[in-house]
Amino acid sequence: MNLILSTTLLIFAIFPLEALCAPITNEDIKWLNRITYGIDTQTIENFQDLGRQAFLAQQLDRGMNEKLPPQVQKIISDLQIEQVSPEMLSEHFQEQNQIIKKLPKNERISAHNEQKAYAKEIYEEAVQRHLLRALYSQAQIKEQLTWFWLNHFNIFQGKGPIRWLISDYEESAIRPHVLGKFRDLLMATLQHPAMLIYLDNSHNAANKINENYARELMELHTLGIEGGYSQLDIEALTKVLTGAGVNFGNGQTKLGNKLMPYYRRNGSFEFNPKRHDFSQKQFLGEKIAGEGFVEIEKIVDILARHPSTAKFISYKLAVYFVSDTPSSELIEKMAKTFKTTDGDISATLMTLFESKEFTASLGSKIRDPIHYVLASLRFAFDKQTISYVDPINKWLKDLGEPLYGHLTPDGYGMTEKDWISPAQLTKHFETAKQIVNNNDISSSISTSLKETKLSSTPLFQKIEPILSNQTKLALRKAVTPSEWNTLLLSAPEFLYR
Amino acid sequence: MNRRSFLKLLTSSFPAAYFPSELFAVPENDTRFLLIFLRGGYDAANILIPHSSTYYYETRPNIAIAKPDLNNPKAALAIDSDWGLHPALKQNIWPLFQQGEAAFIPFAGTNDLSRSHFETQDSIELGQSITGHKNYNSGFINRLVKELSGKQGISFTDSLPLSCKGDANIANISLKGNKKQKLAKNQIDILTEMYHGGSFDAYVEEGLNLSQKAADDFANEMIQANRGAIMAKGFEIQAKRMAKMMKEHFNIGFIDVGGWDTHYNQGNAEGELANKIKGLGNGIASFSKEMGPVWKKTVVLVISEFGRTFRENGNKGTDHGHGSTYWLLGGGIKGKQIVGEQIRLNENNLFQNRDYPVLTEYRTLLSGLFRAQFGLSEKSLHTIFPDIKPLNLHLI
Repeated sequence: MNLILSTTLLIFAIFPLEALCAPITNEDIKWLNRITYGIDTQTIENFQDLGRQAFLAQQLDRGMNEKLPPQVQKIISDLQIEQVSPEMLSEHFQEQNQIIKKLPKNERISAHNEQKAYAKEIYEEAVQRHLLRALYSQAQIKEQLTWFWLNHFNIFQGKGPIRWLISDYEESAIRPHVLGKFRDLLMATLQHPAMLIYLDNSHNAANKINENYARELMELHTLGIEGGYSQLDIEALTKVLTGAGVNFGNGQTKLGNKLMPYYRRNGSFEFNPKRHDFSQKQFLGEKIAGEGFVEIEKIVDILARHPSTAKFISYKLAVYFVSDTPSSELIEKMAKTFKTTDGDISATLMTLFESKEFTASLGSKIRDPIHYVLASLRFAFDKQTISYVDPINKWLKDLGEPLYGHLTPDGYGMTEKDWISPAQLTKHFETAKQIVNNNDISSSISTSLKETKLSSTPLFQKIEPILSNQTKLALRKAVTPSEWNTLLLSAPEFLYR
Repeated sequence: MNRRSFLKLLTSSFPAAYFPSELFAVPENDTRFLLIFLRGGYDAANILIPHSSTYYYETRPNIAIAKPDLNNPKAALAIDSDWGLHPALKQNIWPLFQQGEAAFIPFAGTNDLSRSHFETQDSIELGQSITGHKNYNSGFINRLVKELSGKQGISFTDSLPLSCKGDANIANISLKGNKKQKLAKNQIDILTEMYHGGSFDAYVEEGLNLSQKAADDFANEMIQANRGAIMAKGFEIQAKRMAKMMKEHFNIGFIDVGGWDTHYNQGNAEGELANKIKGLGNGIASFSKEMGPVWKKTVVLVISEFGRTFRENGNKGTDHGHGSTYWLLGGGIKGKQIVGEQIRLNENNLFQNRDYPVLTEYRTLLSGLFRAQFGLSEKSLHTIFPDIKPLNLHLI
């Protein structure tokens, strides 16, 4: 009896408590590296508590608790974008514009610059909130999908008022729907001023046609380039979209009795029937009678439920989560789920994650910059909290993938060819060096990567079996801890998820 | 032997920490070719202006460029009785044109009809058959470099564009911003070793090598600037750096310039598009100067994925169109002319009642250029552009 007890104690002494939960395999680590932005201790513990199936179910649950560490939550709660409503913001900018117009010429420039600085502040807060959540939220699939859909429905922060609209675009048009129904997501982006301004639909009116949004709405947001539409469909859709625009003012636009019933207003989104082309349209083989905003609801239904959309969205998700060249079988299977669940994103993703193809692909997908940078930070500063995230977006910019920073509506590419080239690999190494040596980030945490080798962390033991001998040999040549850490984060193994 | 196999040979004979620190030198009398890709579909009809078309003035009430008029600084610069040049090009491209070092090819483009930026850019860069199966790892610049065995190619871009993807080794380097060397020599050696023999080894070596070269070049540039020279900005500084690199080390170059998608308020003699085109013109003029004697052996081609609608849209802008106008420049070309098949621009002649038609297909044009410039065989030309007959425009 005594002997058994002491043996048990001995086992406890040799293996830390964590080893008594389900043992974590190399495959689990690879799986977690794909399901999340990259492993950290907290994630591994949760995984061990729940097991693979329950962990995944939780990640795909729309209602999953997005609990953040208290100090991170505090930083986010203190941001202005958490306190000022989008209506208040647009009111502020409207008022400022009026005031500036009335200023004498020599005072206008400085007032204008002040306004620009404020817009930049709002934008930087949006960046900060996005990065902190991506780093520390337990809802890691939700965070990745927020990025994914922001990229799918891309807008660019450098165009006009988009800089201060972005935080609301992410918060109210994208985030609530990332695991929901695709139709809701599509409709939310269509009604957001940021999208209408970015793709010029705010200027699209009867007899003042602008095709920009109509074209990209089909090519990039729904059907895909091979989705089976023609130039005539683009022209018809452009007409349907006439009048869908933006009004940052307070009051309703004044209209006669005849048009007033057609008027719609939702925040700064405005459907102005006076600007709408009420003629009958022929769109993708269907007659659309001139009924104002109802036409837009109809085309959103048609596009969201089109088989080409089911395929195209499945393809894009598979390229993001599985491989650069997903099989047509997988796309078909996902598209089927998409169709039978009326475009349920969570269900479509469940089909993806349960496929053999997904499991077979683990460890072989190239990390795009945001995956690379966040994985490095989650790994290198494990169990600690970075509170100062400003350098992170600069690194993303250096690597070619700043948040909200892609000029054209196609969004960033998600394949190896987009991120691997001589110049990009060099940048990648330079970024690793900056992550290790950045003073601003180090000042917000306790251990310095300049002085402590990452080899002493428990998390390193989890990835050690994955490192090649060549990488290990190269690491031995490092002279200082800082150099060792830089080389580890530069290793080929860190390029993949 | 191409560059990649040469590097492989080097590294296999010096396995430990050898790192080739010198780039190849390319002789001065060797030909150079630079492709400038304007991404976004630039509004060709407002840069090479069809001033004899009354329909142009009727359908562009807000954005048209005025007919040539020596007393009007906002008017088009008269080339002939049909064509004029945007006034923003007066200080840069116009002198080159007058010296016979620039020519324009209106109604040029691709037969891809999607009018999608992304699809059309891709199909142009691949340069393969538009309808057949596409190989996304075989761009036409890459095939050109491969056929010109021994010549060096480079892309001055953040990532490697589709046109440069393929079997031949083409490196890339971004010429924007400052380029301080961030990695120490021993770190470069260890990284090279870490990646040696792996899937990205040539990329890692070339990238580290070029970044060192750029750091040195740009450091000199700063020294020169501090001696009183004015630092160039935007595209112009990139163009100067590009010239320095091409002059010494590369035969074939690629660069892209974005932001030409002018759906809204594009301006006319002044405004967004005018500023943009001026920056481009200044860059090309600086490039020609910086190339020095090598400019005589250099050809620059400016292309875009498509033109824009002939009529302005409802927002003083233009929507996606079809035919474009390409620019050809070089110290040794027979310029000062508008070349290729042309038509009268009236309502009836517009393609699908909205755009310039394409009368000079881009692959026939490029194929003819490559034959004239590099003396490539029919077989090589067919490898670069399968099933394409080279077109001789007698420009080189």
